Amino acid sequence: MSNTLKLTVLLLALSSCRGLQFNHIDDYEDESELVFQESEYGSLWPLPQKVQISEVSFKLMSASFQIVDAKESSAGPSCSLLKDAYRRYFEYMFGSTKRQQHTKSRRTGLSELIELQVWITSPDSECDGYPSVTSDESYELSVDQPIAVLKAPKVWGALRGLETFSQLVYEDEYGAKSINGTQISDFPRFAHRGILLDTSRHYLPIKVILANLETMAWNKINVFHWHIVDDQSFPYLSRTFPQLSQKGAYHPYTHVYTPADVKMVIEFARLRGIRVIPEFDTPGHTQSWGKGQKDLLTPCYSGSKPSGSFGPVNPILNTTYDFMGAFFKEISTVFPDAYIHLGGDEVDFTCWKSNPDIQDFMDQEGFGQDFTKLESFYIQKLLNIVTSTKKGYMIWQEVFDNGVKLNPDTVVHVWMGGTSSDEMSRVTEAGFTTILSAPWYLDYISYAQDWQKYYKVEPLSFNGTEAQKKLVVGGEACLWGEYVDGTNLTPRLWPRASAVAERLWSAKDVTDINDAFNRLSLHRCRMVERGIPAEPLFSSYCPHEYKGL
Amino acid sequence: MYVEGLGRHTCPSFHLLLLLISLQVGLHSVEGVWPLPQSYVPSPEQYRLNPQAFYFGYGKQSAAQSGCTVLDSAFKRYFSLVFPDFSSGYGALRFSVDKPFIVEVTVDHNDCEGYPNEDSSERYSLTVSAGLASLNADTVWGALRGLETFSQLVYQDDFGSYFVNKTDIEDFPRFQFRAILLDTSRHYLPVQTILKTLDAMAYNKFNVFHWHIVDDPSFPYQSRTFPDLSSKGAFHPMTHIYTQSDVRRVISHGRLRGIRILPEFDSPGHTKSWGKGQPDLLTPCYKGSAPSGAYGPVNPTLLSTYEFMAGLFKEVSSVFPDSYIHLGGDEVDFTCWRSNPDVRAFMQKMGFGADFTKLEAFYMENIVNITSSLNKTSIVWQDVFDYHERRSSLSVVEVWKQGCYLCEVLRVTKAGLKVILASPWYLDQPGPTHNWARYYTVFPLAFKGTEEQKKLVIGGEVCMWGEYVDATNLNPRLWPRASAAAERLWSDEKQTFDVNKAFPRLKDFRCKLLRRGIQAEPLFVGHCKHEYQGI
Repeated sequence: MSNTLKLTVLLLALSSCRGLQFNHIDDYEDESELVFQESEYGSLWPLPQKVQISEVSFKLMSASFQIVDAKESSAGPSCSLLKDAYRRYFEYMFGSTKRQQHTKSRRTGLSELIELQVWITSPDSECDGYPSVTSDESYELSVDQPIAVLKAPKVWGALRGLETFSQLVYEDEYGAKSINGTQISDFPRFAHRGILLDTSRHYLPIKVILANLETMAWNKINVFHWHIVDDQSFPYLSRTFPQLSQKGAYHPYTHVYTPADVKMVIEFARLRGIRVIPEFDTPGHTQSWGKGQKDLLTPCYSGSKPSGSFGPVNPILNTTYDFMGAFFKEISTVFPDAYIHLGGDEVDFTCWKSNPDIQDFMDQEGFGQDFTKLESFYIQKLLNIVTSTKKGYMIWQEVFDNGVKLNPDTVVHVWMGGTSSDEMSRVTEAGFTTILSAPWYLDYISYAQDWQKYYKVEPLSFNGTEAQKKLVVGGEACLWGEYVDGTNLTPRLWPRASAVAERLWSAKDVTDINDAFNRLSLHRCRMVERGIPAEPLFSSYCPHEYKGL
Repeated sequence: MYVEGLGRHTCPSFHLLLLLISLQVGLHSVEGVWPLPQSYVPSPEQYRLNPQAFYFGYGKQSAAQSGCTVLDSAFKRYFSLVFPDFSSGYGALRFSVDKPFIVEVTVDHNDCEGYPNEDSSERYSLTVSAGLASLNADTVWGALRGLETFSQLVYQDDFGSYFVNKTDIEDFPRFQFRAILLDTSRHYLPVQTILKTLDAMAYNKFNVFHWHIVDDPSFPYQSRTFPDLSSKGAFHPMTHIYTQSDVRRVISHGRLRGIRILPEFDSPGHTKSWGKGQPDLLTPCYKGSAPSGAYGPVNPTLLSTYEFMAGLFKEVSSVFPDSYIHLGGDEVDFTCWRSNPDVRAFMQKMGFGADFTKLEAFYMENIVNITSSLNKTSIVWQDVFDYHERRSSLSVVEVWKQGCYLCEVLRVTKAGLKVILASPWYLDQPGPTHNWARYYTVFPLAFKGTEEQKKLVIGGEVCMWGEYVDATNLNPRLWPRASAAAERLWSDEKQTFDVNKAFPRLKDFRCKLLRRGIQAEPLFVGHCKHEYQGI
């Protein structure tokens, strides 16, 4: 491979340079210090299912190279999703060198790659649709002289293939863009590959969300789980209940997401093959809802009098369900995805317990002192409301644990650490689809290379039948917002989330941590060069350092 | 889905605090100044400031007058910091009826063209009254600290008007040495990133930038005398280096902010990158009776080593004006020395037996002598003190090891040497918790020593090592956690030991940093009026 991938070697091999820190707290002693070497797969991330790279290399000239629709493609010139993607990837590949070569003189004819043809093979390209959990993201890429062909049944696969193509392009020693003859056949291992961002604990400017959607696409992440509201603030501007954000946001104008903002996020994501799944978490985690919606939350009592504070959503009032009905009707039209995340986690029963009306209701319903029954009662009614809007739902694992009756297409989100394998067994045994987040809480911080820990997770390592394992549709990296806002989100997320991205996309046997380090080091430099402050893995440098200051 | 214990159970007091903060927002006042001045007497009496009728000026008695580079450029900087919204176009349309407000600066010494040093006074007094803020200081460096304080006293109401309250402040730093270390060897930091850090340091009243400029991974300092060091030892000989003009720019940027630039050229360990451009500098390691091809620390047995070092430090002493220089001396691995027959022969000749710490001490003593002859005071990491028998040649020891660091401080001061404390402020380690308070609840003088010994603790230093840090994540990792150390090193410990009292003020200060374009990460849930606008 010496002749093939003449990537600039970015990292000096330094095995013993920890500086002044032998005393640091190191939780992961099994994480070896890795030494950079060029991978035979160059900078590909996540690694495609099947790759063959030859030693023959071709030049790409920014003045002549084009990305075009193949004649046979079912996506015509009107498919703006692809047109936007062609432009985007052209700029990623040639952005920094656009100026220099406009003279076509130096044509080396034989070794030039002049075109990438994109061929959507199925009759319906889904160009104007939204991606879903069943979207076909497979593609085949053939790079040969004089043209490269990218075949995909749907536009979603074409987007993934374009990213892969751009990752194959490198600069030779003279700065010329080059690519090697390559055959790739690729598809994701898991259909749901998500990232959760929390815009309630801290407000994230739209710009930050969009930049991270862009970065998700480079990592073939296809779900943005938008934990949009929570106790601390309610930035979602509802058309039906504008007072929710008017009173519940950190600021009613500067710290909200207007309908136009939300629309922009959804379209920006769609153009990159990313689903936007909103989470409106109830009945707990709703303090901010109470500010704009009177009587929604349960008044807590101190002795025989209301204490002035409020607990979870009040499950015993009809008005609660009227509100939820109207609210989720709006949500189901605003967010096109087939799923809504309904939360349902961490409900604190103290307040419900203190409230005499709730106590009466419990007696009346025969719940005794079992408040999980009351929670189930609430969730059940909520699920019925959401089902009537023709949406599917995702819920955090507690809802399943508490025995609420769930629709067969419910997705159970496993998040609790320590026992997640057992939980995966139980959920799939009960026949439910599930996604895994427990090992991927990226808001936890630690010293050294914790990406390795995320990388080493095997989502299907739990006890269960083949049929059970098929029910695991994927996973999500969660970046909760207590200590994260626009100042530190991006470097905290990348490239740590990239480790999760490869685990969820690539084949099960892609586990070589050295090879991963070699490719990820280059992938992180590529993200930096494309303008994203992805933090370093270890002592090293990138040819183009971050210039975002 | 949020694991219990991290968010809500750990800090119930935060919730109370948050309530308090939201109440105080209504009062339209400042939370205070960070770091807290030694004596701070605010009053409710409030004056409106009109940017159109606001001036900085020199007092009649001032030793420095117009033309003073340090203060003239500070006036320009602080005008924008005091009035962040101000744009002249918008103001020009308004008919100005406000009476002028003048910040009048008087200093006793004209050190406008000089550099701050270890004896520079940073004391100032600031009296804000109707139409006039009088700022008095011994030196221009003290005046800079006072201007920073003044800028933090100004606040805006919901309509964008600016106010300052009647205030009396007497202030001076608790420690004279308040430093931040950046490591430009493990990752190269663009000059812009360094300059921005100097800006933020000035907002926090830090006064020393410890530039850990070279180390094993790379040698980005472009030497006039030995250009091969960077052309062979930098990550990239053109793009990942600091030219002489880059260095001058950093020094000048620091000077204008009252910040000393303290370079560290760490040897004999941590020098792998030096070996690439300087043949025979490093010790060849042996495997059995033949060289293995690998290299260890600087070779202390060769005369050529000391000739080279004398040449390098002569250059460094003239490039960096500060009277201190950091010589490193930490973490020397003896394996390679031990393997080398020439080194062993030298040990015998010198009568060191098998004690390689003696060899290291021998080497360090030579280096210290070189820098002493250049009239520089040397700082060394504690390892050198620990190994050294003849400690009289040492002067300043930096304590960095974890564990009972105050025990080490006690030992060093007992030997009559000065101490800089870094152990509690290793900020490159982000976890395991997000708690900033551990950098705040540090008590550098809580050891059993005499008053004389305590005076030998000249200050402290925040270390941001570079293994996992570059320009992508440096700023949020540094700020506002380094601000916690800044207050510990500047302010009176008795007034600032309470974390809960400090929290709202630090939260407010963090938002001020954001407003000034410093990417300071959040302390906990909440928001700033003006969020960070980058990505």
